[in-house]
Amino acid sequence: MRTLVLVINRLLWFVPTLVGLMIITFTISHIIPADPVAFFAGENATNEQIEELRARYGFDKPLHIQLINYLIGVTQGDLGVSIYTQRPISEDLLSRLPATMELTFMAVLLSTVVGIPLGVIAAVYRNTMFDHVLRVITVSGLAIASFWLAILFQLLFAMELQITPLQGRIDGWGPEVITGFFLIDSIIAGDLDSFTNAAAHLVLPTLTLAFPAMATIMRFTRAGVLDAINSNYVLYEQAMGFPSRIIIWKYVLRNALIGTVTQIGLVFGILIAGTVVVEAVYDWPGLGLYAVEAILNSDYNAIMGFTLITGAFFIIINLIVDIIQGVIDPRN
Amino acid sequence: MILGLIIVAIAAPVLAPYPDDVTEFHPAERLMGPSVQHFFGTDRMGSDIFSRMLFGARITITIAVIAIGVSVLIGVPIGLLAGYYRNWVSDALMRVSDIFLAVPQIILAIAIAQTLGASIENVILALSATYWPFWARLVYAETRSALNEAYVEASIALGAKPLRVMVMHVLPNISSSIIVRTTIGMGGTILTAAALGFLGLGPPAPSPEWGRTIAESREFLPEAWWYATAPGIAIFLVVMGFNLLGDGLRDVLDPRTRRSTSD
Repeated sequence: MRTLVLVINRLLWFVPTLVGLMIITFTISHIIPADPVAFFAGENATNEQIEELRARYGFDKPLHIQLINYLIGVTQGDLGVSIYTQRPISEDLLSRLPATMELTFMAVLLSTVVGIPLGVIAAVYRNTMFDHVLRVITVSGLAIASFWLAILFQLLFAMELQITPLQGRIDGWGPEVITGFFLIDSIIAGDLDSFTNAAAHLVLPTLTLAFPAMATIMRFTRAGVLDAINSNYVLYEQAMGFPSRIIIWKYVLRNALIGTVTQIGLVFGILIAGTVVVEAVYDWPGLGLYAVEAILNSDYNAIMGFTLITGAFFIIINLIVDIIQGVIDPRN
Repeated sequence: MILGLIIVAIAAPVLAPYPDDVTEFHPAERLMGPSVQHFFGTDRMGSDIFSRMLFGARITITIAVIAIGVSVLIGVPIGLLAGYYRNWVSDALMRVSDIFLAVPQIILAIAIAQTLGASIENVILALSATYWPFWARLVYAETRSALNEAYVEASIALGAKPLRVMVMHVLPNISSSIIVRTTIGMGGTILTAAALGFLGLGPPAPSPEWGRTIAESREFLPEAWWYATAPGIAIFLVVMGFNLLGDGLRDVLDPRTRRSTSD
């Protein structure tokens, strides 16, 4: 019952939060004197041409009317037209989405598959040499600038050793687009060359993106496992003579991982923020690179569309995490 | 390490072997590797990278200290007010900070820095505007739990005015969490500021800002490997210093959370 109330409460706040997010991004992107239309029209445009463009994109109306028009458009799935690519923002974002999803998914996979076991091991063998080495890695992961790590990886693996591609998503055009995920599409097409090529291009961006996320997961898993190991029920089980392997697997892990699940929202935050910089360095044609391009071109509609979609995605993730937490952890 | 950074930032003109190299160029000596004359080599303009790193520390410290200072000055009062009163205003304040927290900080900061134009002031403004909700959220939660404590109830029962309760009784008791959050926040802010500089949204050339220097170095790879390495290590050491200091402070100031988060 309490879970249901929690879920309904969160859902009720979802729409107002999104509207608030839109208002903030709208204010940020329209508050400045810079004129995107003049920028787009070029230096040789006449005043009439600029006025006409301004009318076409609705920039001639008062700000609050522009905002209301934008909000109405969003409810119909219309995020406006990019003044740079001349295409609807929603189409642009959709076409870029698979590249970012593929990269983010691989990073989540890598950081959890590596981070959780290492965190558990670090806690079980705490204060050993192994634990200290892992702690250095954790501390580094949270302190390293991902754009710098990306450049170091490029320098070492792509330029010096030449075992990975420098940047991009694939050589050539890639497999026929079905899902947009190159790894899956190339398997469907039975194209082994494309698969290995796409996989090789994925290695460095995935490593870069996953490193800070892995450090975070490791840190929280270790703390969670330690808390569980030090708890009274584990002390009781030890006193009862259960073998430690069973205690760890059956009692400690289940309780410790609840804490890790609640950090997934945080990890996604790290990953989304990471894609912007990582995609910019590796020239990865996803949402992050799109955002950077939009920003450098003063493409306000595109910036707002990106912020909105990212924010909505982030809010949904946190909503799901809250619900999962409510379900698996009856104490809250 | 942090102390070292502050000393370096203040004493940059004295410590730097070539203090004029921030603005002066020596094309004849461009892109030379590390040597006794130039510890970290020279850059595309022939300037001494080590000297520029030292001056870069000043920029980094300035940005981080002011941005975090402003965030604390905005966030803490909002958190206190919203935590003390239980009405629609406090709900609204917390909702607004939730909205800011709903988007990764760097994305909002990029948008703000871009619309305002590339400069140190605008980076500071962008970071302050995106980081204050962290303190508002923290202080809000801590204030709510402090209000249930006997000493606060007692002072309210004795007729203390709300402002007095907040400043004299609640604030001192939650200050340790604020200090810890502020220290760790410095690390995050420095990383974001460097990322903005890297994307070309920081102080413009020839500023020795660390993120910008890394971006400049990319076209000279792989030959001039020292060019990209030095500023990256500088960022890494400073951020790690603040993170470790924050962890250490938490252990000292806040023994309740010691077991679960730090070891």
